[in-house]
Amino acid sequence: MATALRDPYNQPLFEHGPPLGIRTLMLVVLAVILIAIDHREGHLDRLRGSLTLVTYPIQLVVDLPASALERAGETMADRDLLLEEIRELREIRLEQSARLQRLESLEAENRRLRDLLDSAERVGERVLAAELLRVDLDPFHHRVLINKGSRDGLFAGQPLLDAEGIMGQVTQVGPFGAEAVLITDPGSATPVELVRSGLRTIALGTGDLTRLELPYLPNTADIEEGDLLVTSGLGMRYPRGYPVGRVTRVERRPGETFAAIEAEPSAALDRSREILLVWREDGRPFDWDPLEEAPAEDVEPLEEVPE
Amino acid sequence: MSNQIRHATWVVVLCLLVAMALTIWPLPAAVEPFRPEWTLLVLIYWVMALPTRFNVGVAFLAGLLLDVLTGTLLGQHALAFTIIAFLVSMIHLRIRVYPVWQQAIAVCFLLAIHESILILVEGSTGTLEGLGQRWAPIVTGTLFWPWVMLLMRYLRRRFQVT
Repeated sequence: MATALRDPYNQPLFEHGPPLGIRTLMLVVLAVILIAIDHREGHLDRLRGSLTLVTYPIQLVVDLPASALERAGETMADRDLLLEEIRELREIRLEQSARLQRLESLEAENRRLRDLLDSAERVGERVLAAELLRVDLDPFHHRVLINKGSRDGLFAGQPLLDAEGIMGQVTQVGPFGAEAVLITDPGSATPVELVRSGLRTIALGTGDLTRLELPYLPNTADIEEGDLLVTSGLGMRYPRGYPVGRVTRVERRPGETFAAIEAEPSAALDRSREILLVWREDGRPFDWDPLEEAPAEDVEPLEEVPE
Repeated sequence: MSNQIRHATWVVVLCLLVAMALTIWPLPAAVEPFRPEWTLLVLIYWVMALPTRFNVGVAFLAGLLLDVLTGTLLGQHALAFTIIAFLVSMIHLRIRVYPVWQQAIAVCFLLAIHESILILVEGSTGTLEGLGQRWAPIVTGTLFWPWVMLLMRYLRRRFQVT
């Protein structure tokens, strides 16, 4: 057999190049350098982005059965079923457009009141629909893949929504796909606000798709089961006012400084396939800090500000 | 000679790509921690069978791709795979002649080393999660080794990869 002939008993293991030990050492050092740079600086986005050109097709292939099944289901759906679905959707649209009419007048009113108070106008947002790829990245982290990338203008740190609420934020952007971390990832923290009392705190991910933790509220905090949490916009990542979750458990522990509070995410984190990506209407990222930069040119009365 | 090499390489590359696809294949959440490290198993076989052709270089590239694929810290799988490939090419003459179950024991040790390198890297960069379940891929990887080995050997003989 040919393999037997190539067995390196009496021929040098390598015909060319440095010996194996040296090569291993070089690659190990290279790997450690990569880890250090990626961990500390995150300057490797370009390398990662170009490598996704190889890995993204693999991810698409893995996603293929799920999306093909979905498409097959769509094409083979019964006509009556489709008609009924259209009817239902029309009803929903009618209902929502009625609500939207009121919203527009409210927004105009809000703008006038903010003008009176001389406070900055809240910037509008625009959204783009995308799809999640059905792949498992890591059993212990809640990360997902999106089928839109920098080609569609995605950026790292961009918020991700579904129809029910905040899902997470984009962490890595490749040319065709992007990776996002969900709010339930153990490394994720979401600045939130209680709708009922205006109380602000932080919701931490637990590694469980149906549970968020609010560990920084004292026993005396005004919070009850069923309270709705929305984003407070303070972390400058998520836009303000999108639902995050509902409080499911409040346990006030007399011996402890903080109460044990849990919430359930509003977004269907384990079921949504259609998602929305959000941009500010003026094109700035959400982490743009208004205090650090000069005001935009559309703010006119600059010279009237007393110095 | 070069034609022969070109003829054989795509089989190995294809095996590695399929293993990577299996690594991100959606599984029910209850089974997910038990997913074996497919890419590493395939890599161990090819390094063991043909250490003059496939060793640390291939391992490094495969690890780097896996890092990008699964979104882990860039370089952590590359580091672990490189070290494992080095160890395998050190002992390939011995484990190649072992019976399969004895090979599986050696592979078990290799998988344990791989997992500890990952835990070390993740622990020192603060991304370590689920420490209590990290033994699972070692056990399943060991159990799957005989089947991976037989399949790879069949492919190697079928396509005469030398």
